[in-house]
Amino acid sequence: MATNLATWRKIKNRIALTLALLAMSFGLFWLFWILWTTLDFGVASLSPKLFTQMTPPPGSEGGLLNAIVGSLLLVSLGTLLGTPIGILAGVYLAEYGKHTWLGRVTQFLNDILLSAPSIVIGLFVYTVYVARVGHFSGYSGVVALAMLVIPVVIRATENMLLLVPNSMREAAFALGAPKWTVIVKVTLRASIAGILTGVLLAIARISGETAPLLFTALSNQFWTLDMNAPIANLPVTIFKFAMSPYNDWQQLAWAAVFLITMGVLALNIIARVIFRASKHT
Amino acid sequence: MGDWIFLNLTRFFAIFVLLMLGGTVASLIYGAWPSIQLFGWGFLWSGEWNPPMDRFGALIPIYGTLATSLVALVIAVPVSFGIAIFLTEMAPAWLKRPLGIAIELLAGIPSIVYGMWGLLIFSPVFANYVQPMLANTLGKLPVIGELFSGPPLGIGILCAGIVLAIMTIPFIASVMRDVFDVTPPMLKESAYGLGATTWEVVWHVVLPYTRIGVIGGIMLGLGRALGETMAVTFLIGNMNVFGGFSLFLPGNSIASALANEFAEAESPIYTSSLIELGLILFLITFVVLSLSKLLLMQLSRQSGRET
Repeated sequence: MATNLATWRKIKNRIALTLALLAMSFGLFWLFWILWTTLDFGVASLSPKLFTQMTPPPGSEGGLLNAIVGSLLLVSLGTLLGTPIGILAGVYLAEYGKHTWLGRVTQFLNDILLSAPSIVIGLFVYTVYVARVGHFSGYSGVVALAMLVIPVVIRATENMLLLVPNSMREAAFALGAPKWTVIVKVTLRASIAGILTGVLLAIARISGETAPLLFTALSNQFWTLDMNAPIANLPVTIFKFAMSPYNDWQQLAWAAVFLITMGVLALNIIARVIFRASKHT
Repeated sequence: MGDWIFLNLTRFFAIFVLLMLGGTVASLIYGAWPSIQLFGWGFLWSGEWNPPMDRFGALIPIYGTLATSLVALVIAVPVSFGIAIFLTEMAPAWLKRPLGIAIELLAGIPSIVYGMWGLLIFSPVFANYVQPMLANTLGKLPVIGELFSGPPLGIGILCAGIVLAIMTIPFIASVMRDVFDVTPPMLKESAYGLGATTWEVVWHVVLPYTRIGVIGGIMLGLGRALGETMAVTFLIGNMNVFGGFSLFLPGNSIASALANEFAEAESPIYTSSLIELGLILFLITFVVLSLSKLLLMQLSRQSGRET
């Protein structure tokens, strides 16, 4: 009886651990399937034309130049707008507001903003900006993307500042430095790698964001650098081309998927490398 | 003086974040107002979505949103639990990091990539092999058989739910892994010392200790799944008519109705109804994510007290 029980417990353990192993394989299976598809179709549709020609009308050949440039513009401006706001708010949460109600409420709501549906952010920018101005524009896309950058950067800044040992702050205070100098020259500097990691992850996140751009930057078949008009970008182009029945368009959509996925994965890996390197020094 | 400026500058941007959130709610209510006034509470349970007649109700998109998210959770929760057990209790130390990163990369892949892959690669395989198999097995059972009936179209609620599950797994799994890691080693070691198996330690020690955090992680996954847009838009089929409870049927979700129809909404009441859908989505996710955050905060307070 006792041995039976022991065997049964062992069998149960074996079953559970096998299932855990299967779950892990299940997760990896999808990752590899998706990455394989992206590589397979992406590499097949790569050509120099992608970087020299504009998105074509249906049924003819073309490239993605306008969409690539538009995406680079939207993402870089969105990051430039969102990062300083995120860092400053993060400094408040970690250095000033830790025990105030404003700090607590902001911290709580920021975590919700971090996971809030991005399409709702797009809708917000549409109602307060696009509907007021009366037309879609690159600038409104920048605002929407910046709103997605801010919570990520706040979270990273706050977490990194809280990791800075208090003895460093005390040492600087003892030298007579005012608090803002301590924050700018000591604590922020000590956590720069972690904040940079957060910014890179934020860039990775917004590079593939499609939903908020549907209501803001929209898309543009032609070349433009005018941020006050609809501007082409990779995600919305993928959306339009992937759903279409035209073979040329689908090819271009795969190429765009390849570019975005590789970019996003590279950013994710670089961010982790930087973060790891900073912890070892 | 420098201190005063810096404090107020940073405080200003902290308040800015609150205004951002408050502004979102206010602007959505403002945009949805014509529809709220016209349809009242009936908007929530009317199943009619008829743009030519300007009659709108949210029932079908709400149903689609909840159904796809529930399918996603039914798959993602046990799988994430398994992954978390594997990463915390089974994997050799040198494998933990790379495998953890691999699962996190699933979260890094943009939604639109899941959508295009799902539509062009996954859904044909799903329609040709998986759906007939499900119809012949689960479809034969009483009661739940109805969920797996109907023609295998590929795209539909089940297909969208499965892809949503893949997208939700990294979020739930990484929260579960993190909370499993906060279990005091002494508790686990005591159980191992009494001769417990790995499974018994997880089920009788780790899980009860971290239950709140695990539920918090599931809520986080649910919040993510409810608002997921592009992948669902590609896969759900965008049908605004209710055809029955079969998961094989196409449907519509709040987020995909917005993504698909917003640009072509011509009448003001159509636009306003879509914004009201956005408002409903925001309120639901807000509640779910708040619960998630509260539960996770409670766990960290609890483990902070005991250690």
